[in-house]
Amino acid sequence: MADVAAVSHGHGTGTGLSNNKLLMWTFLGSECLLFGGLISTYLIYRSRFGDGPAPGDIFDIPFTSVSSFVLLMSSLTMVLALSALQRGDIRNNRIWLLTTALLGSLFIGGQVYEFTTFLREGLGYTTSPFSSAFFTLTGFHGVHVSLGIVMLMSLLISSLRGTLTRERSETVEIVGLYWHFVDVVWIFIFTVIYLVPSPTS
Amino acid sequence: MSTDTAEHVDTHDEAHDHPSDRKYVQVAIILAIVTALEVATYWMESVPGEILIPVLMMMMIYKFFYVAAWFMHLKFDSPMFTKFFVAGLILATIVYGITLTVFEFWHKG
Repeated sequence: MADVAAVSHGHGTGTGLSNNKLLMWTFLGSECLLFGGLISTYLIYRSRFGDGPAPGDIFDIPFTSVSSFVLLMSSLTMVLALSALQRGDIRNNRIWLLTTALLGSLFIGGQVYEFTTFLREGLGYTTSPFSSAFFTLTGFHGVHVSLGIVMLMSLLISSLRGTLTRERSETVEIVGLYWHFVDVVWIFIFTVIYLVPSPTS
Repeated sequence: MSTDTAEHVDTHDEAHDHPSDRKYVQVAIILAIVTALEVATYWMESVPGEILIPVLMMMMIYKFFYVAAWFMHLKFDSPMFTKFFVAGLILATIVYGITLTVFEFWHKG
């Protein structure tokens, strides 16, 4: 058991690094290409809104700012969950994992509300090249957050079963890397898509 | 076996000298302040885009790397992890920089 844990933390691997962490960082590097493609597509098509609503007319910046703040704070609770487990504080680890999942769910709830509002205002997925690019980009990000919530709940269930111990803190660290990446992608999306002045009709 | 585990835990703690919870909270407060400044620019309609956009980009990049350095522990972990992540970032920047140029994005503003 200790040997398995040692290898997972990088002691005894060829590089001296944890293979699991290296794999996650490689995956996150490749995710930069995925989101780079989606963001570039949005930037190219944001002025092509045709007869539909324009981005500058429809975005609700105060509402999205609150959502962004919620996601940013979930990064803090995620890192506090890891810190607690590394100290062997199982109770606080569970509290922070649950808080992170709840903040992520709040963000997703906000996104669902935003999407339904846009639909009511006449902005559907196929309304214009702008709307397709917008929903694809923010929808993909929402799916990533949702997957992160599933991972967090899995960690919480593991913890409640007693299998998430201090020796397995690297599992939380790796899920945390994914969660923080989803946060930094939103930092990018929030500025480039929402805050940079958008075309109006 | 328990001795092995104890040794392993000690080694792990030495290898990753992570910050305290207080430091994480300080980092989050700084990120919240920068976010508030970003959002405040929404109401500054008199500021021209030539100034506003570079300022927003600088705050965004600062937040991006601040989260990566502190919350993702790149500041404390092996530089190899940073290289893997930055390689993806640089590749994406080059590929999509070229794409945006081909589609005359910069020309259109």
